[in-house]
Order: sequence, then structure tokens, then C-alpha cells
Amino acid sequence: MPFVSSALRQSAHAFVIVLPLMGLAATAHAQADGLPGTDQPVARGLAIAQETDSRDKGWGDAEADMEMVLTNAHGDTSTRELRSYSLERTDPEEGDWSLIVFNKPRDVDGTALLTHAKILEPDDQWLYLPAVKRVKRISSVNKSGPFVGSEFAFEDFSSSEVGKYSYKWLRDEPCGDLTCHVVERKPLYEHSGYTRQVVWTDTTDYQPRKIDYYDRKDALLKTLTFSDYRLYEDKFWRAHDLYMVNHNNKKATRLTWKNYKFHEGLTEADFSTAALKRAR
Amino acid sequence: MKKSLVGWASIALACAAGPAHAGEFEFTGYVEPELQLFLQKASKPEQPRANMSVAGEVSAKYFWDDGDQSFVATPFMRLDMHDNKRTHVDLRAFKYAYIDGAWEFRAGVDKVFWGVTEAAHLVDIINQTDVVEDARGREKLGQPLVSLSTYQQWGTVDLYVLPWFRERLFPGANGRPATDIPVDTSQTKFESGQKQHHVDFAARYSNTFDIWDVGLGYFRGTGRNPILIPGLTSGGSPVLIPYYVQIDQLSTDIQATKGAWLYKFEGLWRKELNDRYLQGTGGIEYTLYGIFDTPSDLGIVAEYIWDERGANPQNPFANDIFAGVRWTANDIADTSLLTGAVVDMDTQATFFSAEFEKRLGQNYRLSVEARLFAGQPASDPYYTLKDDDFLQIRLARYF
Repeated sequence: MPFVSSALRQSAHAFVIVLPLMGLAATAHAQADGLPGTDQPVARGLAIAQETDSRDKGWGDAEADMEMVLTNAHGDTSTRELRSYSLERTDPEEGDWSLIVFNKPRDVDGTALLTHAKILEPDDQWLYLPAVKRVKRISSVNKSGPFVGSEFAFEDFSSSEVGKYSYKWLRDEPCGDLTCHVVERKPLYEHSGYTRQVVWTDTTDYQPRKIDYYDRKDALLKTLTFSDYRLYEDKFWRAHDLYMVNHNNKKATRLTWKNYKFHEGLTEADFSTAALKRAR
Repeated sequence: MKKSLVGWASIALACAAGPAHAGEFEFTGYVEPELQLFLQKASKPEQPRANMSVAGEVSAKYFWDDGDQSFVATPFMRLDMHDNKRTHVDLRAFKYAYIDGAWEFRAGVDKVFWGVTEAAHLVDIINQTDVVEDARGREKLGQPLVSLSTYQQWGTVDLYVLPWFRERLFPGANGRPATDIPVDTSQTKFESGQKQHHVDFAARYSNTFDIWDVGLGYFRGTGRNPILIPGLTSGGSPVLIPYYVQIDQLSTDIQATKGAWLYKFEGLWRKELNDRYLQGTGGIEYTLYGIFDTPSDLGIVAEYIWDERGANPQNPFANDIFAGVRWTANDIADTSLLTGAVVDMDTQATFFSAEFEKRLGQNYRLSVEARLFAGQPASDPYYTLKDDDFLQIRLARYF
């Protein structure tokens, strides 16, 4: 398995190096938006993902509260509340670090999950069980498994690093009041539950507005809609309402974010297994 | 005049709001009634076939200084219908903590866990086991301590000074499960003349190297696990008397996390009385994710437990195998089922257990646990528990 993923990683590198050259070759066809031309769908798709990524560079560290409402096919609901901390990693070989601490339901109060994300290899992940004060390193290959019984899979939560996918621009089309680039991306990491995803990214701020998830049989499984975008520090857009619908089981999960704070001075020490024990 | 009134009102408001901004208070807890049903008639007439009890825990937490300082108090209590020794109060936590960047200082009463394996927790040493809560040793008594920890690039170091020793609690004459000969804690003996006042010391280094999580531990002080010496009460009836000896212990715990496989090892070297010996446990955990096209997972755990001394009254797990299966539904209710068996390779004595858990609504949690002992020969340290098979049902209300 390790050589498979390193091979994937190498091919991804080749991909990243070659594509800008293709982009250069295509400058003659470049559009008004400064992206590679529509006759270069692969380069154009990657450039859109890179633009989204570069517009979010420099957020440093962040804290926020999340409420998660799970609804089943009969309309019964169940609520979770958690606090999230994250740390930006600037090394392109590394994903961001995150710590989430549950507050509700009450029986899981204080349970915390620490993730040191990778690009293509499995993330490093530790779980803290407050009743027994135990920190457990856990397997992170369960990317497609549901996150706390919700319609979000673990991989839907992981930081969206550019190198995790291959891209193909499909079309530009109106999305609400905006215009969106519609890009297909295929996971390059192992153990994904998806063959592909289709992402609608607006052409103004380069933020995702909608994602369609296609399962391993390439059937449309879920749709995620992003709304209530707010701007922080004049630079960082964050959606405060994320609504995931599962088309198969008719269940839905709504995430609502609040109390976003950036540059609170969090450091690596706040994302250690020692910090996990005192998280709240 | 009006203006100054508004001024005073805003100052008063600011004062009232002041403390609320300065710190954050959290209050949580649960109340949990319990029913235990024993499958056999007990060896003593005063031991019941059915038992009821209720446990409760509250946790009051106060954080200030932007969370860098905190105080946590967590008292626990159980009221038991039959066993006055199981009726007990314990401070699970009562601690002040101060964090300064990569440093953390703690003083008070707290719980600390060391280790990686599932069946036997060999290297876990800071806290005394709360045996009346859980005969399998997963519940712990709060330990008075002062600790200093630092997180650095080269690893995490924790230093502990433990100024007071907590004696193990044992079931009373009416308690189940229990040994046929009761433990008499009124006659407890210590090797050290300082008894409970002996100041113990512990240290731990831990770090992560890629897929490896490694811990090294040291402990010097009063051993948590007593030697049970046959004795007599003043009335002449036989009892077991706990004897706590001084130990020196070096330990290691290692886990490798490779894909869906976890490889675990715990080992220790201990010096006590005139004896020096090794203990170890290790094994694997493998998880099948999304079985049968459902969101549920199936985890398989297999571990071996070894004691250089062979089976002895202090440790029945000298040459034992544990095999367990954990099913996790990954549903809204966090439903899970854990079943397992420990088999003694020398005597074929077997201990089965099954635990089922499920959240009910938002605030209730149901746990059902069954334990069966089978094939214990009279020589097995667990022989006297063989008539204590039981089913336990708990329903907790969280707030």
C-alpha cells in the first residue's frame, strides 16, 4: 500500500509540474478570466482549484462553533454541537491540522478528534475518550464512513487540498445570482467512497457553492449546498450553512457555523495529543 | 442627571457582565440507575440474586485567562442497595491547571491513563482501580497529584509527584461479584512505614514517529495492585488482607497504525520485595469498514497477555489470550456491541463478556453488559468468581 500511494504522489507531482506548461502553451486561447482556455479542460479545472486555494492562503489559525442537525426520512431530528480549531500548514506536502471537541449529545461531551491531515496518504488521527482519559491513535482509512452518524463522510470534512484530486473543467453556467465554473474532480487518495465529485465554484470569489457526490457505482449519491458566506479579515470567505442531502436514503444533515475567529495565536502545541486531553 | 444615570447603569452592567467575560463556567453530569441480575445462587445467603443501585457524577468546570487557567471538580457517588462497600463517594477530579504555551502544570486530584491495549492495562499505574465499579478494572479512583508536562518537537514529557496513596476498594460481605473469602480492608498492611503518606513519583515520555506512537514510563512508589494475604478477623473468620508493597517499574507502550491495522504492545519490568519480573501484552486490531454495504464497521481484536511469574493471586492473566469483536453501527444513536473472551492457556478457564450500548433520544444512554465465567479449575485465581455470572443494565440520563 505505501508504494501505491507514493506512486500516486509522484504521478500527482508530475501532473502539477506538467500542467502549468500546458497552461502556458494554451495562453493563446486564454479567456478573459485569466484561466487556461476551455479547450484545455484539465488545465482549466486545476487552475480553478488552485485559485480557490490561493485566495484562502494566510488564514493561519481559526476557531469556530458548529451545530449539526441530522434529519431522517421521517423528519425526526437529532442535534450535535462541537467546537472546531484549525491550524494552516503551509508545507504543500502536508494538510492542515484540526481539533474538534464535542459538546452535545451530552453523553459524548468532551470527546475530541485530532487530525494531522496528509495529501494522499492516510491522515494521522487520534481520538480522546474523556470518561477514561484515554488518547487512542485510530485508523484513518475509513474515509467513506459517516461522521457521527451524519450524512457527511469523514472525507467530506477533510481539508480540500489541491493535490487530493485530478480535475476536469466541464462548463461555466449561472448558479443563482452568480456564474459558476463547473469542475469534475476525482479523488487520487485511497479508500474514497466516490468515483467523482462535481463542484460548482463561483467566478467572483472562487468559493464552492454546490458539490454533487457520485458513489462507487457512479450514481449520484449526495448533494452539498453552501450558503450564508461571510468575509473575514477582508480576505477569507466562510460558508456558515452547509446542507447535505442523501438522495438514496432521503436523510439530510445541516451544519451551521458560528463565532468564527481567525489568528487567535494557536500553535502546534495546541494540536498535540497532550492538548487533546485538555480540549473543550 | 439622566446622563450620569445611564453612565452608572452602563458601569453596573459592565461589572455584571465582567466576570461572565472573564471566565467560562460549564456544568455537566449524569444520573444512572443500574440493575444487576446474577445467574447463579450465591455462595453466601446474604448475597443477592438481584441488585439495584444508582450512580451519579457531576462536573463543574471553570476556565479563565483565555482558557489557560482552569479549575475542574468532578465528584462521583454510587448508592448500592445491598453492598455498603459499593456505596461510595469519590472525587474523580478536583484540579487546578495552568497552561503556558508548550507547558502545563496541574495540581489536585485527577485521572491519568497510560497504554494502548484493550484487554489488559499493564502499564497504566497512576490511578487506583475502582473495583466495586467495574471488576474488570476500567474504572479508576481520583489520584492526588502535582504534575508538570511539556510538549516539544522531541516529544512530550510528563512528571508526576503523587503525595497520597489511594487504597483499592473491595466488595463487602453482601457484594457480588466477589471472592468467596471477603477482603478485610480494616487490616490493610503496607511495606512502607509511611503507609498512605508515601510520596510516589512517576514520569512518562511519549512521541509520535510517523505510524509509531511510543511511550516510556517510570514509576517508583506504592504498587497499586495489592498482594492478598490469607488472614483472620478478630472473631476468627477467614479473610484476605491487602498488602501494598513498594515497587520500581519501567514500562513501554507502542502502537503502530498501518491502514486499517493497529499493532499494539505494552511491556513492563518491575522490582518488588525480592522479586524482579517482566509482564507483557500485545496484539492486533483490524477494522472492516462499511460491512455488508451498510455504514457499520466490524473491528477484530486479538491480544496475548503474559506474566513471567506464571499465574499468581495478584495477576490471573499470565498466559492468556483475548479475542474480541466490536460492531459499530455508525448510526444516530451510536449503537455498538463489543463481545470478547479471555482464555487461560494453562487451565482453559474462560471469561466471556458482551456489552451493548445505544443512545436513546438526545440525553439518555442505555448500556447492557453480560459476563460469564466458565471452566475455572479450583486452582484458578478467578475460581471464586465462577458463581457470579451476571447481566447488568444501566440507563444514564445526561445533563
